[in-house]
Amino acid sequence: MRTKGTFQFRSLFVAGPLVALLFSLVSFSAQSPAPQVLNWGNGTEVQDLDPHIVSGVPEHHIISELFEGLVTVHPQTLEPLPAQAESWTISKDGKIYTFKIRKDAKWTNGENVTANDFVYSWQRLVDPKTAAKYAYQGYYIKNGEAINKGKIKDLKQLGVKAVDAHTLQVELEAPAPFFLGVLYHYSLYPVHQKTVEKFGQRWTRPENIVSNGPFKLESWQLNKVLTVVKNPVYWDAAKVQLSKVNYWPVEKSDTEEKMFRAGELHVTNEIPLPKIPYWQRSKKDVYQQHPYLGTYYYRLNVTKKPLNDKRVRRALNLSIDREDIVKHVTRAGQIPALSFTPPGTGGFTPEGKLPPKVTPKTIAEAKKLLAEAGYPDGKGLPPIEILYNTLESHKTIAEAIQQMWKKNLGIEVKLFNQEWKVYLATMQTLNYQIARAGWIGDYNDPLTFLDMFITNGGNNETGFSNKEYDKLVRDVKHETNQAKRLKMFQRLEDILMDELPIVPIYTYTRVYLKDPKVAGWYPNVMDYHPLKFVSLK
Amino acid sequence: MGLGYLIKRVLTMVPVFFAVVTLVFFTIRFAPGGPFDEERRVPPEILENLNKKYHLDEPLYQQYFRYLGALAHFDLGPSFKHSNRTVNEIIAEAFPISFELGTYALIWALIIGLLAGGLAAYKPNSLFDYVPMSISIAGICLPTFVIGPLSILLFGLWMEWLPVAGWDDWPSKVLPSLTLGFAYAAYVSRLTRGGLMEIRNQDFIRTARAKGLKESTILIKHSLRGGLLPVVSYLGPAFAGLLSGALVTETIFNIPGLGRFFIQSALNRDYTVVMGTALLYFTLIFVCNFIVDVLYVVLDPRVRYE
Repeated sequence: MRTKGTFQFRSLFVAGPLVALLFSLVSFSAQSPAPQVLNWGNGTEVQDLDPHIVSGVPEHHIISELFEGLVTVHPQTLEPLPAQAESWTISKDGKIYTFKIRKDAKWTNGENVTANDFVYSWQRLVDPKTAAKYAYQGYYIKNGEAINKGKIKDLKQLGVKAVDAHTLQVELEAPAPFFLGVLYHYSLYPVHQKTVEKFGQRWTRPENIVSNGPFKLESWQLNKVLTVVKNPVYWDAAKVQLSKVNYWPVEKSDTEEKMFRAGELHVTNEIPLPKIPYWQRSKKDVYQQHPYLGTYYYRLNVTKKPLNDKRVRRALNLSIDREDIVKHVTRAGQIPALSFTPPGTGGFTPEGKLPPKVTPKTIAEAKKLLAEAGYPDGKGLPPIEILYNTLESHKTIAEAIQQMWKKNLGIEVKLFNQEWKVYLATMQTLNYQIARAGWIGDYNDPLTFLDMFITNGGNNETGFSNKEYDKLVRDVKHETNQAKRLKMFQRLEDILMDELPIVPIYTYTRVYLKDPKVAGWYPNVMDYHPLKFVSLK
Repeated sequence: MGLGYLIKRVLTMVPVFFAVVTLVFFTIRFAPGGPFDEERRVPPEILENLNKKYHLDEPLYQQYFRYLGALAHFDLGPSFKHSNRTVNEIIAEAFPISFELGTYALIWALIIGLLAGGLAAYKPNSLFDYVPMSISIAGICLPTFVIGPLSILLFGLWMEWLPVAGWDDWPSKVLPSLTLGFAYAAYVSRLTRGGLMEIRNQDFIRTARAKGLKESTILIKHSLRGGLLPVVSYLGPAFAGLLSGALVTETIFNIPGLGRFFIQSALNRDYTVVMGTALLYFTLIFVCNFIVDVLYVVLDPRVRYE
């Protein structure tokens, strides 16, 4: 018996820890990985699992497996697929959606999912008392905004009703051709009324939660691991191949990479920047890189001198070499952004108006604009500063741009960084000149990018205001004809690229590591990976 | 030892505790940015709803007294970020892990430190002295964020002996506690050596040696009690440091301890969690130092508190 020997050794006292170490090594190597258990590096610890409370991407990864909305998405094409709704019809004017809820849709406690569950859940989303951060996803629904802002007190005025237990009718504020896509967002998932009311804020705890998705919550230890297991009463359970998924909140990408190398993770959240070239070069089967629906850009504060002058803003835009930045600084296959909306968003590829490369011609034009604005060769230009949130990667990009402006325009730009929350506050109060920013689309439609820059829009934060732009955004929300919409989007892009309250830099890529054993996981611009299609080979 | 002295120590802690509560409360509130600020700006109406829900719309003094009132019932409030947990729950879950990690680290520090220091003092100015003392200098100089990743690389990835991260079974606890304890082991070894060397030159040791006792008996029986005093006085701050200073180790090894919550909550402006962890750390440091003061009297008859 090994135990006895161990005790004798331990009496030696010095060797105790060593023996314990060896002993544990034996027990460790005896463990073998179970099949169909996916280990996923999930970035930061999630706030909560309440679909109406949370607001992040790590939360999406978990909530979209625990719960299911009316539709899900095709893992490759992102087309809406039937989920809790087995079918739907859309009225001619694009404003009334009628969903048939499938009869075999069940909650984990065995009860049926009904149209009333959706009515309750969406009312809860826009109810000011819920204080949902994503309440504005409910603004597409008639009276959603008015209820959330307290203008209408009666929740029943929300444009959603249960015609019968399995028929849900939704009336929209304005036709939104992308509405089915929005439905995949967790804010529009159903929650179980009795559970929510019984347990209050604690209803999402493993011992209380009732959900309706392909997986159900097994355990949740903060900052350690959250485990979900296959839900046997899920209507499409036959299709679900994974038996268990462990979401590991690993904030440090170095740690995550080591866990991946040790076989403790199948998928990572990211790759440490300095390691990207190595994985890119030598491990092509695990290195994942694909375009992501997001734009990295600089905000220009148009309310302050000298950036209140369009010519200066244009000069700055013309004199940075975007290709150089993605090739030599970011190095992960990013695409130079020549417009604000990423190419291909919801079928829209804007005509890029900005030069990808700096040429003598663009420099000459930039210099001319600068001179016209009263700053020949940058003389007399008030000092300019670039603000970024403290992070090495933002710093390197800012330094590259600083160099480019110095070399091409002869202007001196200073850099300064602030801790995340301070930086957010600084941007909100327009207390900056140039600030680094990034925007990831909420849904696959250009509107998620272009409606940011309406006058006083919450995410505008540049002081930019243009009447034609505001009107066009309002109009495009009521337009159902796709060809007309695309034209309007192009016009919006044209205004934006003419006024340039921003410096688009690149379109994001998602870069992470994935074990070749993981099947049914496809790259797509939303980075959606519904796990009911995923298995381990 | 005067009981009066002990009571006095505890009583002086009370005003300091209030000063800490007040200081932390207002400092974190005056830091720019709030718990609900995000890159995706929350519309003002929604922000208003959120602030109302967490009483952040009240005047600051009112929030302060609300906090004090709850604190009197040991209620540290709800977390702003982890909306389905209270700060009490977060601490109850995370602190035992930090405590376990700190305890193992202290055990490593003592085992390695005492052995190395004892060895060095036993044969001073020999290889037994130079090798451990050089290593201890390295241990003091190399920060955790160098030792941690290096040991992961060596034992986790190359030798494949130990897991590279996590906090589950025995093997996963070896590297983090060793990493955390290493710098402390270095200090302990130097203090041990110094203390023992000092004792060696005292009269009662010379007497013992004159009586013909073996060198090892002198070391173990006569030198240790006095020679270890510096180590003992170091243990209090060391343990407090291990408990509250493990955040780097916790991050490198992805351990769900309190240090990570402390950092995250400060970055998230999760006011209540910042307060809760800060107050806990303050109490710990006080308690550890207090225990050491008591131990000191027990070990050294010359020390008396009035």
